Amino acid sequence: MGDKRPRSFYILALFFTAYVLFLYGPMIAIYILSFQGPDGGLTFPMNGVSLTWFGKVFSGGGIVDIGAAFKRSLALGLVVMVITVVLSVAAGMAFRKPFRGASFVFYTAIASLIMPSIITSLGIALEFRLIDDFINKHAADYGLGWLAEGHTTAMGLFTSGLGAHLTWTLPFGLLIMFAIFNRFDGRLEEAARDLGATPWQTFRHVVLPIILPSVVGIGLFGFTLSWDELARSSQAIGSVNTLPLELQGLTTTVTKPDIYALGTLTSAVSFIVIFAALSVILVLQARQRRQGSDAGKGLV
Amino acid sequence: MAVTIDNTPDTIAPAASGWRKIAVRSIAWLQAGPMTLVFALFFLLPLVLVVIVSIWDYNEYEMIPAFSFRGYTDTFEGCVANLPELCTILKTYLKTLKLCLLTWGLTLMIGFWVAYFLAFHVRSKTWQIVLSLLCTIPFWTSNVIRMIAWIPLLGRNGLVNQGLVGAGFINKPVEWLLFSEFSVVLALVHLFTFFMVVPIFNSMIRIDKRLIEAAYDAGASGWQTLVNIIIPLAKPGIVIGSIFVITIVMGDFVTIGVMGGQQIASAGKIIEARLSALQFPAAAANAVILLGITIVIISALTRIVDVRKEL
Repeated sequence: MGDKRPRSFYILALFFTAYVLFLYGPMIAIYILSFQGPDGGLTFPMNGVSLTWFGKVFSGGGIVDIGAAFKRSLALGLVVMVITVVLSVAAGMAFRKPFRGASFVFYTAIASLIMPSIITSLGIALEFRLIDDFINKHAADYGLGWLAEGHTTAMGLFTSGLGAHLTWTLPFGLLIMFAIFNRFDGRLEEAARDLGATPWQTFRHVVLPIILPSVVGIGLFGFTLSWDELARSSQAIGSVNTLPLELQGLTTTVTKPDIYALGTLTSAVSFIVIFAALSVILVLQARQRRQGSDAGKGLV
Repeated sequence: MAVTIDNTPDTIAPAASGWRKIAVRSIAWLQAGPMTLVFALFFLLPLVLVVIVSIWDYNEYEMIPAFSFRGYTDTFEGCVANLPELCTILKTYLKTLKLCLLTWGLTLMIGFWVAYFLAFHVRSKTWQIVLSLLCTIPFWTSNVIRMIAWIPLLGRNGLVNQGLVGAGFINKPVEWLLFSEFSVVLALVHLFTFFMVVPIFNSMIRIDKRLIEAAYDAGASGWQTLVNIIIPLAKPGIVIGSIFVITIVMGDFVTIGVMGGQQIASAGKIIEARLSALQFPAAAANAVILLGITIVIISALTRIVDVRKEL
C-alpha cells in the first residue's frame, strides 16, 4: 500500500466504476419504478410512491397466472440445484484420476456449455416430439396400448425442461469442481487412508468439509441459472411456462409498471438466494479457519 | 460391476492389483456416469436428431421420415435466382454477423480493461473478491429483467431522451435508442461482458508478477509491457472469452427479439420462427447451418491459440 499509485490506476478505477454503474444502473431504475404511483407510467418521473403494482402482480392483475409460474420455477430451480450439486461433485471426484473416456466427457460438457442455446432447445424439442409420435403411432404394436391412451406429450417441466436446464448448469458445476481440485492437497486423503479411513469416510470427513464452501457455490450457480433460464427452456418446456418465459411474453404486451414489479420480485428471490449462499460460504470458511488444523499447509 | 470382474480372467492371478485397478476404473465411471448420461440424453442425442431430421421431408403439420433436402432448399430459396440481390437467409446471416462482431469488439475492450484493473491494480485479496463478486452478481439475476431495465432509460420518454432534450442537444426525442440495433448491441454487451471478464481475469492472475517487474527493470514502457507481455500471456483467456461471446450472440434470439422489438431477424430467430410453424426439418436444417458456421469460427479462433496446450 505504501508506494504511490500510477496514473493508470485512477483512469482504470474510473473505467471500472463506470462499468459497475452500467451493470447496476438500469436494474436499479426498474426497482425504483416498480414503486410507481397508481397513475405512473413506464418511465420517470415517479408519479407518487405506492405498492399498487405489487398488489396487481399478487392479485394476478388479469395478465397471467404468475403465482403458478413462480412455484413452477422455484420447484424446478431446487431440483436442478440438487441434481447439479450431486452429479458435479461425483463427476469432479472421478476426474481426479485419469479414466477411459475422461476427455470425451470433458469435451461434451464444454460443447454443451458453448452450444447456441436455440440448437440444444430445438434438439430436445425434436427428441420429445419423436417420442410422442412413436408412442401415438406404434405403442399399440408392442402391446403398450395403455401408454398411447390419453397420451398427449412426454414433454414437461421435469422431463424435457429439467434436461434442458441441466445441459446449462452441469458444465458450470463441473468447471467449478475442476477449480476446487486444482488447489486441493491430496496428501490429506493419504493421511486419512493411512489412519485407516474407508474411502467413504475419507470423502465424508476429510474431502467434503474442505470443499463444502465451493459446493455451496455450485448450488448457487445451479439454482440461479435455472431460475433465470430462458433460451434453452423456450422450445423444450412443453405446455406450461416458467417465470422468465412469462416475463418475456409480457414484454410485448404489458404497458404498465406491473412488469417492473414482477421483475423486482423475481430479482428479490435471486438476491435472497445469492446472499444466503454467500453468507453460508463465509460462515463455513470462518469455521474452517477457526477449527481447521494446519495440516497440509507445510512446515512454515 | 461384480459380473464384469468375475468374467475377467487376469484378475484371478494378481488378485490384489487387478481387482483394485478394475475397482478404481469402475468407481470413476460410476462417479462420472450420471452426468455423462444426462449429456447423452439431453445434449448428444438431440444433436444427432437435429442432423438426421434436417434431411427429412415435411408438410404443413408434420415431419415425414423420408430423405429430402427440402429443409435446406427452402432455406436458400431465391439465393441463386435473385442474384446479385441477396436472399433473405444471407441478409439475415450478414446482420447476425454484424451484431456479433460489434458485440465481440465491445465486450473484448470492456472485458479486457475490467479484468486488467482487477488483476493488476487491485492489490488486496479481499477487495479482489469483493469487486469480482460485484461483477458476478448481475450474472446470477434474470437476463430478461436486465433487458426490460433498459426501457425506462432508452424509451421515447426515457431518461436519456429527457436528458438530451433538457440539455438542448436535440429538439425532440430520438427513436433509435430503443427497439433498434443500437439497443440490441447495448443489451448484449450489458449481458455478456461477464463472459469475457472471467476467462481474461483467470489468465491474467496467473501471470508471474516478476515478469512485469523484469520488463520494467529492463526499461520497457507501460505500453510495451502491455503489448509484449500481458496481451500474449492473456491470449488464452481472450480466446475463451471470445468463443463464449460469439457462440452466444450467433445463436441468440431472446435478446435480439426483446431489444429489437421483434423486428430484427437473426440466425437464432429463423430457427424459432420455423419451430413455431412446426416445420421441424426446416428448423433443423437452419440449426445445422448455424452449427457449421459456429464451428468454423471456433476452429479459426482456436487456431490462433492452442487452448488445450495453454490450459
